[in-house]
Amino acid sequence: MVERKYCDMISRSKPGPGDGGNTGSWRVMRPIINLEACIPAKTGKKSCFNCWLYCPDCVVTKTIPPVINYEYCKGCGICAEECPAGAISMVAEATPITEDK
Amino acid sequence: MHIIESGNVAAATGVKLSRAQVIAAYPITPQTPLTEKLSEFVESGELAAEYIPVESEHSAMAVCIAASSAGARAFTATSANGLLYMVEQLHWAVGARLPVVMCVANRGIGAPWTVWNDQQDTISQRDVGWIQLYCNDHQQIIDSVIKAFKLAQTVSIPVMVCYDGYLLSHTYMPFEQPEQGKVDAFLPAFAPKHFLDPENPGNFNTVTLPDVRLDVDGNMAPGYIEIRHNLQEDLRAALLTYENIDREFEKEFGRGGNPFIEEYKCADAEFVAVCIGSLSYQLRDVVDMMREDQVKIGVMGVQIYRPFPDEAIIRALAGKRCVIVFEKALSYGNQGALYADIKSALYSSERKPRIHNYILGLGGREIKTQHLVDALAKSCASPDTFGDSPRWIGLKLQE
Repeated sequence: MVERKYCDMISRSKPGPGDGGNTGSWRVMRPIINLEACIPAKTGKKSCFNCWLYCPDCVVTKTIPPVINYEYCKGCGICAEECPAGAISMVAEATPITEDK
Repeated sequence: MHIIESGNVAAATGVKLSRAQVIAAYPITPQTPLTEKLSEFVESGELAAEYIPVESEHSAMAVCIAASSAGARAFTATSANGLLYMVEQLHWAVGARLPVVMCVANRGIGAPWTVWNDQQDTISQRDVGWIQLYCNDHQQIIDSVIKAFKLAQTVSIPVMVCYDGYLLSHTYMPFEQPEQGKVDAFLPAFAPKHFLDPENPGNFNTVTLPDVRLDVDGNMAPGYIEIRHNLQEDLRAALLTYENIDREFEKEFGRGGNPFIEEYKCADAEFVAVCIGSLSYQLRDVVDMMREDQVKIGVMGVQIYRPFPDEAIIRALAGKRCVIVFEKALSYGNQGALYADIKSALYSSERKPRIHNYILGLGGREIKTQHLVDALAKSCASPDTFGDSPRWIGLKLQE
């Protein structure tokens, strides 16, 4: 008799953005990058990227400029703490955001 | 080779032959001689395993979980309150689908403090999801341990091998010790499907959301309820797998053939006594005595309690006149758990027998053969007037 294929389903996640689910919904404070102060954005050079390096959820890209994936960013604020240029501010989610033209 | 040894040494020898790689245990009566023997095997080099002493049963199971997650064959053993102290980790081991094997020398639970035998410890863990095998003698202990390792790693579900404290753990009996070469052929090295691998990093069993989700590769990952459903389906399927493993064992070692239930003089019986563990062999003497008085009675031992072998039990008991369930455990506030399970299994049968429930032997109260004879004689004489509440055997109450 053919036996069952056992243990086909376990809880396993790989390192990567958001493999713990849509954690962006947990966020209370939203990190906003001021591109005029951000070092790679300002110099146009691949440099710094402390936000990318320190993000525990890997939701900041290593690009010019760095981009935060708000689907998964939990709003922990580590990027704002680590940014040597003070370019990242934490804004309450309840605050309306006016987009720069 | 035949040897004469205690039940605990039979268990330890089974673990040695199964080449367990990590052993973590905390001593508790009546399991202690088992872990002492294993530490001797490791110390003398007879068993190439890490023996990790721990400060509690909770830690013992945590070590087994970690070892098994890394792909090692892990073993622990305990009794009674020790088992209860590791309950949170019992759930974790099975939810994580880790094939840990654990022996439990059955003992009553405090309060009041007791060290003697009953089966309240493991029976009260029936809903955890572990497979539970029960042994009636030393041969079954050593054989069941070897089969348990194979079953656990085949179905990725941990297995408890349970045997009565003192009655089996501390008594001496002759039993056949399987040859190492044959055990190696029967039980291949543990090759886990999922394990902690630095080449392929991942997290196991972190917060798992109520709903399904897309994982980083874009595949649908299961939610909590899917994973739990999968465990239930695997547990039910494990009955067939265990039957096959038992058959393979029987072919290799010449013992087995009763993976689910063990019947004695049941073929023509109108009355069948049912129980779990060594009591079923004591009841064989009672059956023989009553057969001399022309009572058509037999006895059936339940060898695997979870997953529940309902089909085998229906086949064995449907059409009998009366089934008498003896239990050294109780689902407090209701009835004996085995009694309730057997009733539930037979509910769908059109040939339902009468079913009686006796509670006995709690906290090591001696089970006298005459008590069993009296109870069975009463049940056989008037099977229709018993009621649904359990009756207690051997109670000494002041009227």
